Amino acid sequence: MISLELQAIYVMWMRQLKRFVRVRSRLIANLVQPFFFLAFLGLGLRPISLPGLVEGVSYLDFLAPGMVAMSIVFASMFAGVSIIWDRQFGFLKEILVAPVSRLSIVVGRTLGGATVSIIQGLIILALSALLGVRLSPAGLVPGIIFMILAAFFSVGLGIALASRMEDPHGFSLIMNLIMMPAIFLSTAFFPLESMAAWLRILAYANPLTYIVDGIRGCLIGRFSISPLADLAVLLSLCTITMAAGAYLFSRSEV
Amino acid sequence: MAIIEARGLTKVYDGLTAVDHIDLEVEEGEIFGFLGPNGAGKTTTIKMLTTLLRPSEGWARICGYDVVRQPDLVRRSIGVVFQEPALDDQLTGRENLDFHARLYGLSRREREERIEEVLRLVGLRDRADELVKSYSGGMRRRLELARGFVHHPKVLFLDEPTLGLDVQTRRAIWNYIMELNRREGITIFLTTHYLEEADKLSDRVAIIDRGKILAVDSPRNLKDRIGSDVISLTCSEPSRLGRILESASWVRGVKHHGGGLSIYVEIGEEKIPEIIRMAEENGIRISSITLREPSLEDVYLSFTGRSIREEAKPAMRHPRPRGWR
Repeated sequence: MISLELQAIYVMWMRQLKRFVRVRSRLIANLVQPFFFLAFLGLGLRPISLPGLVEGVSYLDFLAPGMVAMSIVFASMFAGVSIIWDRQFGFLKEILVAPVSRLSIVVGRTLGGATVSIIQGLIILALSALLGVRLSPAGLVPGIIFMILAAFFSVGLGIALASRMEDPHGFSLIMNLIMMPAIFLSTAFFPLESMAAWLRILAYANPLTYIVDGIRGCLIGRFSISPLADLAVLLSLCTITMAAGAYLFSRSEV
Repeated sequence: MAIIEARGLTKVYDGLTAVDHIDLEVEEGEIFGFLGPNGAGKTTTIKMLTTLLRPSEGWARICGYDVVRQPDLVRRSIGVVFQEPALDDQLTGRENLDFHARLYGLSRREREERIEEVLRLVGLRDRADELVKSYSGGMRRRLELARGFVHHPKVLFLDEPTLGLDVQTRRAIWNYIMELNRREGITIFLTTHYLEEADKLSDRVAIIDRGKILAVDSPRNLKDRIGSDVISLTCSEPSRLGRILESASWVRGVKHHGGGLSIYVEIGEEKIPEIIRMAEENGIRISSITLREPSLEDVYLSFTGRSIREEAKPAMRHPRPRGWR
């Protein structure tokens, strides 16, 4: 029976990968936004000086990890929420009527969604390097660990939302009204130190802040919070959203 | 032992009883037709039998396994083809089958052999490696049918298997279904609102209306129940003629439909002159009259008092909450 559950996780993962490779338009759409921010904002504001930007760190260097985080968070949310489309197009029933546990389905989907979004994050990272961002080679592995946690957190969030949502249109509303402001408030675009006091409170309450800070800290060696605090917050948030996603999904009916 | 068994199976949605205490017994190896108009409770019944919905009351067993307490064992024993397409159209036909076969734990060798076999049976071998996106409606249906039995289920559930298909494709699907039943001995439970489909495919038919089963029998016996012949006529005052005919001892039943009447009788050719005489005596003008054998349509009409075609209008769906739940 264990092998059947592993098989289920594998096929769910494989399916996400195949769809990712086949639907190029979505890959491009997902990469365009962070890349434009990086290229136009990053290169345009390169000589700017902000409180919190330390010596030797340009605005482009500062922005790049934020864009990596943004692409991962958005792509993972999308991968999680795409359960709604499966419901809409009937494929979910095919999965739910199979003799495998819903937990395996959620795990497979989470791994699949995380894999494709991390690939997208790495593409943005590679593009940043091409634009001249100075990355710390030693921080790459811990950076990827933060990226994986960011992906799990967001896929879990997406699955939880999708299990409670019937209408795919609700998703774009959430992306525009919640996720966009959240990314702006996350220190992806400007340092915590340059924020007004009340904004800083919002930033501390924002899960994306810890994602961005963790990834940035590893990649360019500049933490605003602290690596351990980032890791601890992110680990707990990951646990919460993934458990919520698995629970809500297992209770959803077709 | 019946391979599908249900007692008092009931589903209530928001105070609306979609399925109302139905009893079912389906024997191994038969094709069992579940006939009724849209909104009669057919899909809800299938969802309960296939473990996708929890019954509000009553129980059901598939191959002896309880659908609520042993859902995994039930799922292992069944294949399902849903009413709406349930394929991933970014995958190829073969990938859809492979995805399914893996979910049911087939080994690599079993998968390779079996997928070739089912593709051959539904005539999709040449197109198997194209994306489902490029398939026609009929091809998708055939692929879903193939997928439904890839894993050697004991029971195959088909929910409106030919809905929305043209006549030729429909006949082709019927042949595949019969072939499957014959070659693999799979018990088939199918829902339909096409009378011809129920008649042609089913060993036994259950007529369901407003969540209740009204009759279960072979199409032949159901037709015999209402009489050996049906006289259909259109006339100037159908309701008055209907009342007059109902009082005749040799009339087994009268049903109104559209602008005419269906009269169920024995030895119909001898009754036609009699009916014409009675109409003339009462000053009613008959504009057309035909004699035929009863169809399942007549059976349906006699049990529900309505023609299934009148019912086949936009589906009365169960209300589903929109937006946030």
